[in-house]
Amino acid sequence: MRALASPRTSAKPDGGTRAGRGTRRRAWQYTGVPAWIYVVAALGALFILLPLTGMVAQVNWGQFWPLVTSESSVAALGLSLKTAAASTALCIVFGVPLALLLARAQFAGQRILRALILLPLVVPPVVGGLALLYTFGRSGLIGRTLELAGISIAFSTTAVVMAQTFVALPFLVLSLEGSLRTAGQKYEAVAATLGARPGTVLRRVTLPLVLPGLISGAVLSFARSLGEFGATLTFAGSLQGVTRTLPLEIYLQRETDPDAAVALSFLLIAVAVVVVAVTYRAPRSPLRTLLSGPVAERSDAA
Amino acid sequence: MTLHLNAVLAARNVQISLSVAPGETLAIMGPNGAGKSSVVQLLAGLLKPDSGTATLDGKTLFELSPGSAWLPPHLRGVGVLAQEPLLFPHFDVLDNVAFGPRSQGAGRRESRETARRWLAEVDAAGLSARMPSQLSGGQAQRVAIARALATDPALLLLDEPMAALDVNSTPFLRSLLKRVLAGRRAIIVTHSVLDALMLADRTIVMDGGHIVESGPTATLLAHPRSTFAASLAGLNVLPGTLSGSSLVMHDGVQVAGQPAVGPGAGRAGDGAGDGAAPVPEAAGGMDGMAAFPPSAVSVFLEPPVGSPRNCFRVHVTELQPQGGHIRVRAGDLAADISPAATAELALEPGSEVFFVVKAAEVVLYPA
Repeated sequence: MRALASPRTSAKPDGGTRAGRGTRRRAWQYTGVPAWIYVVAALGALFILLPLTGMVAQVNWGQFWPLVTSESSVAALGLSLKTAAASTALCIVFGVPLALLLARAQFAGQRILRALILLPLVVPPVVGGLALLYTFGRSGLIGRTLELAGISIAFSTTAVVMAQTFVALPFLVLSLEGSLRTAGQKYEAVAATLGARPGTVLRRVTLPLVLPGLISGAVLSFARSLGEFGATLTFAGSLQGVTRTLPLEIYLQRETDPDAAVALSFLLIAVAVVVVAVTYRAPRSPLRTLLSGPVAERSDAA
Repeated sequence: MTLHLNAVLAARNVQISLSVAPGETLAIMGPNGAGKSSVVQLLAGLLKPDSGTATLDGKTLFELSPGSAWLPPHLRGVGVLAQEPLLFPHFDVLDNVAFGPRSQGAGRRESRETARRWLAEVDAAGLSARMPSQLSGGQAQRVAIARALATDPALLLLDEPMAALDVNSTPFLRSLLKRVLAGRRAIIVTHSVLDALMLADRTIVMDGGHIVESGPTATLLAHPRSTFAASLAGLNVLPGTLSGSSLVMHDGVQVAGQPAVGPGAGRAGDGAGDGAAPVPEAAGGMDGMAAFPPSAVSVFLEPPVGSPRNCFRVHVTELQPQGGHIRVRAGDLAADISPAATAELALEPGSEVFFVVKAAEVVLYPA
């Protein structure tokens, strides 16, 4: 503790303006990374960065504003934000209990449950959409009964939210389960010996402690929902204002109006960047903790 | 109105039975892996034994095979202070201490009032607005003590509460614990003889999941029966059979000494009752111990001739500087000699030497 604190305070006089922990120059340490690794890593980074640049270069800036404010574009963007928010909420509602069970409880079939929950990560979204369709569709396993009760899910906004939740849930569960395991159960045990009921422990100790993991999981889920395409198209179709989210709109426009597709793609990237940036820049941001790795998370508890 | 524990936990090879009276502080000592922490976790409700019962002031903590009563930790009224302070990092100091009373149903204002009182009790009133990350190790452990006491537990369990602290904060914390544990029922797991002497009325020594020794701390240290207690007391202890003023070891070697009739042995009889037996006048043919301090041992390269003293042929296993002496370890035995003598004898691990002790320095007592 003391060893950590002293260099921070001593950095103030000579460090000048922003003598934070991050801006202070670290002493050179041996890393053991071969030089060629830098080259390959740079290629990898370029592989991500170049296509984005290529797309931005294609944006018709003169027409950008009219293109993204067209009726269909605004409807698609609005629908995307709305459904992604709703599916993120659903991911939190179902994901938190799932993560808690996976990280804390001991029961038979735990590993099978984890494998099942992670399935949407590896299954192609189109297949996920088909699965949803054959379950909740008009003639599906459950959909048939629902249909009799007058509830029709497929090809509605509800279907969009369900498709997005289906593919985004594993992101939240994985992220939160990791945080729960890192946090450990020591604090929960202490809280229990202080007289806190399990519900109180969850509300006042467990969830606050894993809040960074929960938020980063929610951000990941939101981003995944925002980009959902295959499952949505299969299960919900592409009806303007009802089920045609931004990715579907982009795919549709690509055939008829490539300029509009590029502009909307740029918009989607911008929305994603804004979401990530806002979460990252918030004071004591959990995303920052996530991005700077698990070591930073530990220092808080020590 | 006492605490009774009787539990078997096969997974950790623990089989233990103990009781603690109201207001009594019990120290549990023993080597690593002896099952000390398991006892704490069993009583706190963080571990479930395979079988056994535990009652605290008539309240059943658990009753397993026969029966299957199990009281969850939050209903037990058992406080735990661990090696790490484990203050909730997202609450300030005041709310950390107020957490217990609040969880037990007190209002926000009332529980903070209780918290303030306990923070003052541990001399930490000035820290109440700080976050745990802004505290030193000693400060954090003081706050943790206040937090554990704020729920007024019927039993306080302290699991090596000072093991993680630096040397400077230990004395202060020890006297603080002495103050707050007075008249309070507590079990303290510790590696320090000083903790046991200062804080506990009674000490039990565990090894391999069992209690190997039990009694008033002073008696236990004066006449250790287990190798662990002997090493705690800093004594050489040899087991054997008593025969007049000597002890016959299991390999036939005779150790001459003085039968114990000191105040320590006398006190054992009227002690808490479990373990320590009174010393009979003529202890012949019964199992006994011979104890002598390492400082009473002289080290020779050749066996002394025609001497009435005890002589053990040993092989040096380890040399350790200790204070102004060198502690020469040879198996279970130890001798303290000066560095000069060590150099003169050219001692090194493996050397064959003779440990010589006067009979007057050896105390014999029944096991």
